[in-house]
Amino acid sequence: MRTWRELPASVRKVSMAELLVWPALLAYGEAAVAYAGNVRNPRLHYGRLATWGVRLGWLAQTALLGFQAVGADGFPWSTWAGSLNLFVWLVVGAYLIWGCSPRYRLLGLGVMPLAAALLAVSYAAGGTTEAEGAAWGDVLLLLHIGLVLVSFAGFTVAGGLAALELWQERELKSHPAGLLRHRLPSLVALDRLTVTTVAVSLAALTAGIVPGLARLPERGLDVLIAGTVVLWVLGASVLYLRVRAGRRELAAVLALGGVGTVIVLQLGLLFAHVA
Amino acid sequence: MRLLLVGTSHRLAPVEVRERVALDPDGEAALARRLGEGGEAVCLSTCNRTELYLAAADTDAAGERATAELADLGGIPRAELEPYLYRLEQEAAAAHLFRVAAGLDSLIPGEGEIQGQVRSAYERGAVGPLLDRLFRHALHTGKRVRSETAIGESPASVASAAAALAAQVFGDLAGRRILVIGAGKIGELAARNLVKRGAELSFVANRTFDRASSLAERFGGSALPLESVEQELAQADIVVSSTSAREQILAREQVERALPARKGRPLLLVDLAVPRDLDPGIRELHGCFLYDIDDLQAVVEETLSGRRGEAALAEAIVAREGGRFREWLASLDSVPAIASLRERAEAIRRGELAKASGRLSDLSEGERHAVESLTNQIVNKLLHQPIMRLKEAGLGEEDERGAPQGRLEG
Repeated sequence: MRTWRELPASVRKVSMAELLVWPALLAYGEAAVAYAGNVRNPRLHYGRLATWGVRLGWLAQTALLGFQAVGADGFPWSTWAGSLNLFVWLVVGAYLIWGCSPRYRLLGLGVMPLAAALLAVSYAAGGTTEAEGAAWGDVLLLLHIGLVLVSFAGFTVAGGLAALELWQERELKSHPAGLLRHRLPSLVALDRLTVTTVAVSLAALTAGIVPGLARLPERGLDVLIAGTVVLWVLGASVLYLRVRAGRRELAAVLALGGVGTVIVLQLGLLFAHVA
Repeated sequence: MRLLLVGTSHRLAPVEVRERVALDPDGEAALARRLGEGGEAVCLSTCNRTELYLAAADTDAAGERATAELADLGGIPRAELEPYLYRLEQEAAAAHLFRVAAGLDSLIPGEGEIQGQVRSAYERGAVGPLLDRLFRHALHTGKRVRSETAIGESPASVASAAAALAAQVFGDLAGRRILVIGAGKIGELAARNLVKRGAELSFVANRTFDRASSLAERFGGSALPLESVEQELAQADIVVSSTSAREQILAREQVERALPARKGRPLLLVDLAVPRDLDPGIRELHGCFLYDIDDLQAVVEETLSGRRGEAALAEAIVAREGGRFREWLASLDSVPAIASLRERAEAIRRGELAKASGRLSDLSEGERHAVESLTNQIVNKLLHQPIMRLKEAGLGEEDERGAPQGRLEG
């Protein structure tokens, strides 16, 4: 029987990745189920189980990313599957900022099943191993990928917050007797968080587009770049409508549209890589 | 000492009886002092109940005295008062106080005021070891019920429902501006609830300017004539209207004109008037949330049914705490027996050490100390099991408790 050190390096790497990806997947899945349980019966301790699932899963995924970064010769997240892995980590990280608060647990119900599903897709597509990607020395590309992914994650969380805000608005308008039972964050708090998250995401997207422009002459314009520009315009419109024009509801609808654009862009990236 | 409760409440007595036996804080303290002579006493008097908690060696005599005091207080013949009184002893009295402190015996389940009233009664009472323990435990139980269940979280009145809705829209109400239309009691009550949560009463508009000024002065706001309401809509965050006007006070168009200046800030409008003051069409406007009295009443109804659901959880906590108190109460009966047992064992230990003192005279100070410690440990270990048995016997039936005491004392 061979010891761990006697195994080929490739097998050792895959095993270590599996060792880390499965706890992350299980913890995210557990959090998703616990959030659903919490909606059905808030009195039981599902909410706490969900929060711990998010925390432990995120720690496991952080370790996985660290392992990938150390083990790969190049930037391991420049492939589609790898970037999806990093995207999930960023989304859950952004969510963790509010995830520990019981009032944001409905947001968790939206975020955690998505995170678990996308991490599973990334794993199936080989995004959790040390696949070789762009060279570490290609700083512009790394900046471009990193910042754009940060903005995608931010727009996703902002979309979740906007959905919660629109739902809260509808509830407040329609006067159901059990309105106060949901214990959601206040409308004003959701509005402020959505706008702040969009502002941060837009800044990251702008900063991510600039290094991308440097590569434009060799790459040329394509649908993905056009989609990124659409996302930028959406983000800027959200800020304009909310801050200058005072159109809170329309701004929330556009922020929700930001998630749709991120999904389209992720799919576009997939097709680009497959092609 | 045994625990006794004599009292009356909304469950048994009509308001005509309750109001006659009600006590003000000074009256509570004075009666507690009188009844506490030779024992302990606490008087709890609220709008729903007057209850006298007593700790006395002779509960029959104490009960007679308490009943006589209540009859004197109300100027009601004793025979007429007695059907409205309840009398509970020992753990039943304790369990009742725990339910009271938890708000489970209140008209509105889980109402929070009772906790403070129980605390005040305790502080004014003539308390000794038994009532001190009882009231501390009751306050702890009330606190547990409120922190571990949602029984007291939701609003139980129209005014507090309006404040809870404002918090649902704005979150923290600090700095939010209230515009009150109509200077009546209902509007004032709603505004007071909002101010309690940090909002500022900025404007009061009323047909009679003097009444508007008087209310505005009390809250540090400004008075307005009714016609100027529209101009202040851009500033206000919450509008509370409760006039007795037959015609509409605020039309949809007036609110619509104020919206651009609000820059998307939400506006909560609470219409407590019947007939309604505010145009129902306002609720269709973006960022405007209009609630009338029926909407608020529905929220309160839902809340109360939720509270009744939480009451089952609260009852379970009260039962557990009641059980713990019962154990403590029972352990009191075995205290004299345990003390006597310890005394006797200590006397034997000292006597045997004294007998051996001649043989131990050569010992150093350290060795003497070791012998003391050793004999103490032996006695403690020998006593451990009989003391535990005594405590367990204390939890058993009343008549079974006497037996071990007698045996061990004899």
